[in-house]
Amino acid sequence: MKKREAIGALRARRLFLRRIGGAAVAGAAVAAGTAGVMRKAAAKSESAAAQKSFPTPDYDWTKHRWAFGVDATKCIGCLRCVEACKRENGVPLTAHHFNTWVERYVYLEGEDKPRIDSQQDPVNIAASGSEGEYRFADRYAGAKVEKAFFVPKLCNQCEHPPCVQVCPVGATYKGADGVVLIDPKYCIGCRYCVQACPYGARWFNEEKGVSQKCYWCYHRITKGLQPACVEACPVGARIFGDRNDPQSPIGLFIRNNRVQALKPETGNEPNVYYVGIDKAVL
Amino acid sequence: MEALIHYAPYTGWVYPNETVIEWSIAIVVYPYITGLVAGAFTVSSLYQVFGFQRLKPVAHLALLTSLCFMIFVPLPLLLHLGHPERALNNLLTPHWTSAMAMFGYFASFYIVLLMVETWFAFRPHIVEQAQKRNGLLGTAYRLLTLGSHDLSEAALRHDRKWIFWLAIAGIPGAHGLHGYVGFVFGSLKSREWWSSDLMPVVFLFSAIISGVALLIVLYVVSCWLRRIAIDLACLKGLAYTVWGFIMVALVLEGLEFANIVYKGREGVEMIIAYVGGPLLIPYFVLQFGIGAILPLLWLSYMIWRGTTGKALITGVTLSACLVLLSVFMMRWNVVIGGQEISKTGRGLLDYQMQVVGREGLLVAALLLLAPLATLLGLTRLFPPWEHKATP
Repeated sequence: MKKREAIGALRARRLFLRRIGGAAVAGAAVAAGTAGVMRKAAAKSESAAAQKSFPTPDYDWTKHRWAFGVDATKCIGCLRCVEACKRENGVPLTAHHFNTWVERYVYLEGEDKPRIDSQQDPVNIAASGSEGEYRFADRYAGAKVEKAFFVPKLCNQCEHPPCVQVCPVGATYKGADGVVLIDPKYCIGCRYCVQACPYGARWFNEEKGVSQKCYWCYHRITKGLQPACVEACPVGARIFGDRNDPQSPIGLFIRNNRVQALKPETGNEPNVYYVGIDKAVL
Repeated sequence: MEALIHYAPYTGWVYPNETVIEWSIAIVVYPYITGLVAGAFTVSSLYQVFGFQRLKPVAHLALLTSLCFMIFVPLPLLLHLGHPERALNNLLTPHWTSAMAMFGYFASFYIVLLMVETWFAFRPHIVEQAQKRNGLLGTAYRLLTLGSHDLSEAALRHDRKWIFWLAIAGIPGAHGLHGYVGFVFGSLKSREWWSSDLMPVVFLFSAIISGVALLIVLYVVSCWLRRIAIDLACLKGLAYTVWGFIMVALVLEGLEFANIVYKGREGVEMIIAYVGGPLLIPYFVLQFGIGAILPLLWLSYMIWRGTTGKALITGVTLSACLVLLSVFMMRWNVVIGGQEISKTGRGLLDYQMQVVGREGLLVAALLLLAPLATLLGLTRLFPPWEHKATP
């Protein structure tokens, strides 16, 4: 009898211990899960720019200072850059989404203000035949043109980017190498950044529900390649390189020219340097 | 299936990416609702904190109205987001330099404050119903008592103290919430139409007049539905409040416009062409003329002539309706207007409002009606007109 009682007590104790153990395991799992979420949140609260080796493992973004140059005197408005960018970056082939575009400024005789258009203008789309093909229509054929030039535009990867300032969750951030990036897995799609950019460089991808923009083909430059638009330009109107290297194309471009930036009054300090633009260019 | 992209036709020169207007009518409704919350709370505070006794009949209605509209404030934003499931990131990992990141905190704090204050204000009613009623409703009331059944004079005095301090905390809460909405627009340097230091205060004062106007309409309609006489002293009190604040709102909005024109910075020609053209009716006629100046003159006339009775009720109610229209137009003209003027300063766009869809007219109308339907339901559970509520 005593033995049976002792066995019963032993069983009860084992059961108790098992239950305790189960509870402890469950508790540990919950704690680990919570800790995981907390770690994730904490990691996200850290400045992305403070992280190392992003996004390519063997790329150290602290060793580069990328910059972009545009020589508007060379641009012929062929729009190869726009096409290359659209295809390289999977930008929707519509007339409303562009990482880069080219503006045409035309001063007609007797007119003080330029007529401005870009490849998305309905007249130009009619000339190209589709929204996915790009051409400037010969719309001033009969008029007397006093002055005309093209100005390629793209994200300025500003030193003080207003888009980064306004992002409510920090999904967009400035990398140590100067490129303003977007984390598409974290963007909530509020489009505050689209509103904040004074250059109209950002657009919203309706299908993906996130904001997008030019990032100087980051997937290419981190592998030592040139951005697609630079590579496609037949006249060398687009210049790209590392400012840390004084002999790089961009280093020479900035040093040998009197360069300008767009909308300097905003205090954004753009990192796209222009040569040969007019007062009318905004 | 609706098209994903609704592009806006334009004239002049606009940046290619601007041809999709990203902030739709949902973003017009959002500051409008937030403003109504702040304005209704102002009325409640005028009684609770500043002791405006003549506003007593609407004090509790104001609180309930504020709560009902506040519940729906996040909805237009959620409908607008490309990834609504990530909305909580705003609270979990806020980016402190963003004005928008503050929203989650402001809104959460304020909604909790409103719920607590409402609970204190209606505690006597809740306790009474908990004791009287059986069934599901009785259980609900019993749960709502939170175990506090004490209705002694000392307990009620304690409640009143809580209401007083919550109302005091709610004033910066409500006004901060709405001032911040103005800051979201005013702090952007990309658009001349938005970029203004006055924007937060302009939003604030228009919010106050819209909330008071809403209460006028709700009070008159509720009296009519309940077939009871309207307390003319209370109505006059509300009319004086609108009258006083409308002048400040008008001066501020006028100053803001004058600043844009007088400073005459880059792109001002386009703004002038815009307000004189497509915005002539929404801005000068509806927002200023019919919506603000007309009710101001009408209210002034009634105050001067000492109008009373039915004429006063009709005059004040219609003026309130016009003020509600004016403030809605103000939100529209800021949100949509700002995007219709191109960032280039050389072109104008034309917003194409959708009727159906997540950010269409129908949803926007539902968003405005939903708080009213909720209010109708809540007034049955917590009648704000019974003076059994904590005085």
